[in-house]
Amino acid sequence: MSLARAIETGDLTELPSRRDEDWRWTDLRGLIRVLPKPSPVRMERLIVAAGEVRHADLRFVSAGAGAHVSRIAIEIGDGARLVLSETYEGEGDYLAEVDLQISVGRGAALHRTLVAADSADGVSVSRADIVLGPGARLAQSVLTTGAKRQRLETRVSHPGAGASARLDGLYLLEGKRHADITTVVTHSGIDGVTDQLVKGVARDQARGVFQGRIVVSPGADKTDARMGHHALILSDRAEVDAKPELEIYADDVVCAHGNTVGALDEEALFYTRQRGIPAEEARAMLMEAFVGEVADRIEDAAARAAARAWIAAQLGTAP
Amino acid sequence: MLSIQNLHVAVDAKPILDGLTLDIPTGEVHAVMGPNGAGKSTLSYALAGRPGYEVTAGTVTLDGEDLLALDPNERAARGVFLSFQYPTEIPGVPALTFLRTALNAQHRARGEAEIGAPDFLRLARAKAAALRIDFDMLKRALNVGFSGGEKKRMEIFQMAMISPRLAILDETDSGLDIDALRIVAEGVNAMRAADRSMLIITHYQRLLDHIVPDRVHVLANGRIVASGGPELAHTLEAEGYDKYAPRTLEPAA
Repeated sequence: MSLARAIETGDLTELPSRRDEDWRWTDLRGLIRVLPKPSPVRMERLIVAAGEVRHADLRFVSAGAGAHVSRIAIEIGDGARLVLSETYEGEGDYLAEVDLQISVGRGAALHRTLVAADSADGVSVSRADIVLGPGARLAQSVLTTGAKRQRLETRVSHPGAGASARLDGLYLLEGKRHADITTVVTHSGIDGVTDQLVKGVARDQARGVFQGRIVVSPGADKTDARMGHHALILSDRAEVDAKPELEIYADDVVCAHGNTVGALDEEALFYTRQRGIPAEEARAMLMEAFVGEVADRIEDAAARAAARAWIAAQLGTAP
Repeated sequence: MLSIQNLHVAVDAKPILDGLTLDIPTGEVHAVMGPNGAGKSTLSYALAGRPGYEVTAGTVTLDGEDLLALDPNERAARGVFLSFQYPTEIPGVPALTFLRTALNAQHRARGEAEIGAPDFLRLARAKAAALRIDFDMLKRALNVGFSGGEKKRMEIFQMAMISPRLAILDETDSGLDIDALRIVAEGVNAMRAADRSMLIITHYQRLLDHIVPDRVHVLANGRIVASGGPELAHTLEAEGYDKYAPRTLEPAA
């Protein structure tokens, strides 16, 4: 059951609905009444040879009232390193799903930055299934402004064995936009690290969703898993739904999670205005400070600078 | 410079200031002293324009301009600076970034040229050194993890950088040890000038040993009940506030 299957089969009952626990905040069946004729499936394979270092851009552009499915396979060889810049763009009321199957070899690294700049009328789903090898490194940052309905999902098969994953996200939502950042990390062996920081701001009638699940399977001892989700709600009609879940079946595990949803600090806002900064500028500055931590955690310098610029552009704080 | 006439202020519909009248001529330093709950902080917040401090009657003018009609940031741009009793932490914004943004916002509001980074840093280094503030501290998020004394010193540093026309110091001495108090007082005294006025709000006289005011006013029950020279602070220290705000005894149950 997925948007991609519904598009490919023309069968509306294939759409995930609110009755599916995993999709209860991102109902597609109640939203989509008609499935347009699908455009040809985009299929690509990207292979990074063992030991190779590569930068790659993956750009997905959806236009008009079409239905688009992309299936991308990425194989990163042992000891290789891929810096992947992935962007979704669109205009109009399209339906789009991007599916990625990614394997990261032994001791290899994937630095993935996903910028989702979908249209306010688009419906967009991204699903990445990432399999890490022993000693592999995954560093991921998902930045989104949402869509009419949008789901950005990452599933990580984590072997432990010295592998580490950072799965960060940031949503900045206004109007009636919706963004759902969902991640599932399954630790299956000893000595694995997962670190997650997701932040968000929802204003107007926007809705942000964070579902983070970390499963520490039996035998995945000495796992170190940390998860944080922190959001600001800036209007009475905006909404943030969060479901952080840690499922631990192993011993000697370090796990921590934190989840906060609140308003902008009025005291900080007054203090800032007292120093001469107008209210709108003060709000933007405090918001930028709140979410900036997500950009600061990006290891790749160019990607980090791009993320900072993206944040400044969204909040109108760019110099 | 500052003229407050018959000011009434309510917080959560509860009257706090009840007809306060006070004039501070240009170049003078006035102290307002009073017991806890007299409305001292309410006065400072009302002058700065804090939301929730509702002016129900009276006028406040700065050089003839109606201050109450202005937003907090507009008051700041006109030269009003409040040194907070409890300075707010601003996570994620380095002190220098915050201050430069603030200074330039004020410059823009007054139609002045923005201050460039080299000039700003030169000024910041000089002012920080005078207040014995470690320059590296200014690269940290403003007030986050600062001690009470560091926060107060940072308020005076900001005041020195912003160079306001009217400085309101709300309980600046609270949380300061004797050395920090002297440093802060030196910083304030260095800013006394013929074209700058100051309003020092304090419960104790100890700050006024270091910053000697031109006038001292007693605030009790929401209004100024007595005024005098600097010697009034010493009288208050010796005699307490009971004369002005008799403590009411709880009726026996």
